[in-house]
Amino acid sequence: MAVFEYAPAPESRDVVDIRPSYGLFVDGEFVDGAGPSFKTVNPATEETLAEVACAAEADVDRAVRAAGKAFGPWSALPGAERAKYLFRIARLIQERSRELAVLETLDNGKPIRESRDVDLPLVAAHFFYYAGWADKLAHAGFGPDPRPVGVAAQVIPWNFPLLMLAWKIAPALACGNTVVLKPAETTPLTALAFADICVQAGLPAGVVNIVTGAGATGAALVAHPEVGKVAFTGSTEVGRQIARTVAGTGKKLTLELGGKAANIVFDDAALDQAVEGIVNGIFFNQGHVCCAGSRLLVQESVEEELLAALKRRLGTLRLGDPLDKNTDIGAINSAEQLARIRSLTEAGEQEGAERWSPACELPANGYWFPPTLFTRVAQSHRIAREEIFGPVLSVLTFRTEAEAVEKANNTPYGLSAGIWTEKGSRILMMADRLRAGVVWANTFNRFDPASPFGGYKESGYGREGGIAGLEAYLDV
Amino acid sequence: MSRLAVRKTYKLFIGGAFPRSESGRSFVVTDAKGGFVANAARASRKDARDAVVAARKAFPGWSGATAYNRGQILYRVAEMLEGRRAQFAEELGTGKKAALEAVDATVDRLVWYAGWSDKITAVLGTANPVAGPYFNLSSPEPTGVVAIAAPDDPLLGLVSVVAPAVVTGNTCVVIASQRSPLAAITLAEVLATSDLPGGVVNVLTGHQRELAPSLAGHMDVNALDLTGVADAELAVECEQAAAANLKRVLRPAPEDWTADPGTRRMAALLETKTVWHPLGV
Amino acid sequence: MTTSLADVASSGATLRAFLHGLPGVDRVGADQRAAMLSTRSIKTTAKARAIDLAISMVDLTTLEGADTPGKVRAMCAKALRPGEDAPQVAAVCVYPDLVAVAAEAVAGSGVKVASVATAFPSGRSSLEVKVADTALAVAAGADEIDMVIDRGAFLSGDLMKVHDEIVAVKAACGAAHLKVILETGELASYDNVRRASWLAMLAGADFIKTSTGKVSPAATLPVTLIMLEAVRDFRERTGRQVGVKPAGGIRTTKDAIKHLVLVNETCGDDWLSPDWFRLGASSLLNDLLMQRQKLATGRYAGPDYFTLD
Repeated sequence: MAVFEYAPAPESRDVVDIRPSYGLFVDGEFVDGAGPSFKTVNPATEETLAEVACAAEADVDRAVRAAGKAFGPWSALPGAERAKYLFRIARLIQERSRELAVLETLDNGKPIRESRDVDLPLVAAHFFYYAGWADKLAHAGFGPDPRPVGVAAQVIPWNFPLLMLAWKIAPALACGNTVVLKPAETTPLTALAFADICVQAGLPAGVVNIVTGAGATGAALVAHPEVGKVAFTGSTEVGRQIARTVAGTGKKLTLELGGKAANIVFDDAALDQAVEGIVNGIFFNQGHVCCAGSRLLVQESVEEELLAALKRRLGTLRLGDPLDKNTDIGAINSAEQLARIRSLTEAGEQEGAERWSPACELPANGYWFPPTLFTRVAQSHRIAREEIFGPVLSVLTFRTEAEAVEKANNTPYGLSAGIWTEKGSRILMMADRLRAGVVWANTFNRFDPASPFGGYKESGYGREGGIAGLEAYLDV
Repeated sequence: MSRLAVRKTYKLFIGGAFPRSESGRSFVVTDAKGGFVANAARASRKDARDAVVAARKAFPGWSGATAYNRGQILYRVAEMLEGRRAQFAEELGTGKKAALEAVDATVDRLVWYAGWSDKITAVLGTANPVAGPYFNLSSPEPTGVVAIAAPDDPLLGLVSVVAPAVVTGNTCVVIASQRSPLAAITLAEVLATSDLPGGVVNVLTGHQRELAPSLAGHMDVNALDLTGVADAELAVECEQAAAANLKRVLRPAPEDWTADPGTRRMAALLETKTVWHPLGV
Repeated sequence: MTTSLADVASSGATLRAFLHGLPGVDRVGADQRAAMLSTRSIKTTAKARAIDLAISMVDLTTLEGADTPGKVRAMCAKALRPGEDAPQVAAVCVYPDLVAVAAEAVAGSGVKVASVATAFPSGRSSLEVKVADTALAVAAGADEIDMVIDRGAFLSGDLMKVHDEIVAVKAACGAAHLKVILETGELASYDNVRRASWLAMLAGADFIKTSTGKVSPAATLPVTLIMLEAVRDFRERTGRQVGVKPAGGIRTTKDAIKHLVLVNETCGDDWLSPDWFRLGASSLLNDLLMQRQKLATGRYAGPDYFTLD
């Protein structure tokens, strides 16, 4: 036995009160959905958490009409009044942050340490940030009186359920739009809790509507003729479909899609922090991160040393009960995602890459995948090209800056990139040449509501966060 | 006795050179009364692909040039255009006064955009006060290769869509107005003598119906400006094709080319790159 | 892989080249890693185990101008028997003139006597005085010497002077263990903490120690983390294991446990013993004892239930 073994330290579930079933949140009320209801499960245990209504086309239509009806008065409110609603929401989120963090962890499988220390603080910060914009839009550089777009249809993924909701709803409301948001099928609970927060905030009915369901619900929402704006975060494949659907309709569209980020480590890097950055880059949120640093590009001269340090570090990662406060790696969000990770990692082995994982016991129930590292990866391997969206790192090497740039940019994606070097001029040169919307130098996976986020190329278009994030929700 | 004029062969402009269409095709360009003016080269899909290759090849150098340098070159284009004022006015064939006004407005527009090269970053860029010990800066960057369907306004309209694309560092492939393509080729002659690196602007003449969808679906094109597509169905088809690699799309909309253009066109063809770095020793 | 570092200190230039060739430390990243590890939740059995481990690692310290033999004897009594069935502390730490008193008080117990030396805390004296100070403490029965480095020399780039002083003091220590105090609060950067750590280890330190306790900031979690990384990497490189002692500012059980988590997740089991990790502290011990009693009885105690020594 180890000298210092950590005893279980589970966060209490008592702070959440999950109802057996949930309806849709339309026009300020919870209502039934016409589609076949579905179960949402805790991916760490496969326990059913709740039965959730599914919005059929008619339900979506009702929600969009409710949002359309609310749009007039909401957009006519003075910005300062809209701001106060958003500030209220931000405060309510802070007040209920423990509950929301536990709920997020239960529904998503992410470690409570992350939902508590990363997701929830950012969710509240996002509402605070955009609240402040609501009465200052005339100063944002979009003309003296920029107008909202109308009803925003927002479809979000399962990896950061409440945070993605915040990224979508906060700027939309600040600009005077009303929204219909569809959370991911596997993680609807925090969005439904957010509906309750809207009620507590006294937000006018119809300003925020939440419709739960799967792909068909999202498709109906995006295609609805009374929608003026579509915002989607998710896979590039679905993003393409949405772009095709929206073509010719005149709807404003922003897409935040996949990535295959290069995390580039030079031989003069601050090695211990680079190791942490690599770990945070790919194992944060089980690698369910569109901007994950899934390709490690390491300079050949330091490969051996870095890999030894990285492997040693991976040996200390704690995988298990997401509610345990000491857990670093939680559960994979769904059986479907687990199958995808397995299939791609099997392809990695078949194509000749070398697979390694630390000694790691996986729980018997639930969906789990150990932190995994592939060495001897070639640019041509599927694991170096395709987004795995799991805790899997592909290690490639380079010799020169030019080669690093070339390999990093050699992908249809362009969401993020990492650079690790102690040489300032090299950072600036690399940052300049990398074709990615977010470049983290000597850090990785940092987010802030004041900082624009979004991709180049097939990683999508439009930015979320900062002044840039307003543009998507203004008629400019 | 009047001298027989030496006529110009109107060709394409790709990678800084003036090739004929590889297809060997041409089409008749007529004046307002339907009289023969010239045979313009009718570019093929293969020509469009070649133009994309040329634009891609020119992108690193052009986007990597200093903003000052790009501004100087655009200003040089304006100078060259001014010098050919009479030639353009004649070629536009719209009555002398109106034609000269159009040429003058075009020169002025080029001068206006030339001056933007080293200012747009400061206007659209932001220093972001994040809640942590980080330096955080967002700056606009060119999106890459832009395919443009130019409007029928043969000179001012053309320059008003090309200049905002390239001044920020993009390279482009532009489909000239099908009805009035000749000014575009004469403009290419100006570009070719203005220190603009080959491939930054590539001009195709031909059938929009044939070329636009091909460029819209091209996977090495980053953005699509459909301003000159008057056919609504064709515009939708192109926008759908553009989804294949998530091109940024500028949809067709009525434009008054004499109005202040603002920064909208430049902004639409720019990415925002945000760079983070820790603060601390 | 172990390699000889014998030639590194052959000249100021080679020493400088070596120390400046070590990987840099990014402050923000190091702070974040330490902050993340400080969120580890150590409860129930793990907490009980950690408290006893922490007690056994304490260098119970008094370094006041007003110290007297009586005060030192009282502290030694507490060191030997901190509380009901609680383990002994690792050592007592005193000024050189009180070493004899302490040695007598803990004789035969296994509790070591540590003495600060070398013109502690500033180190501003001649090498002769520093060596004599050390010899005095060793002669009086010190098992361990806590020396300070010449921070002025370090910051001005005279790395050889710092190195040679450590070598000389180490020689004066004889069989006594040498802890080298880097006084990280005066070293200005994390890069310097890493370099000073390696410098001390190259010169023969048995332990590297953060602080005198007379300068603020003293032991911080990121500084301890960087020093732990240094000893981990040094053993990897040379095969020789060196201990770490954060000192100053560690007052609560929570602080102590955070340090143990750092050790656990940076160096692992090999350093989780009083032979390789110490906590230089005075008031910490009572808090550890109070938390220990709370775990055992389920009741929170107050300061009146623990002796002030």
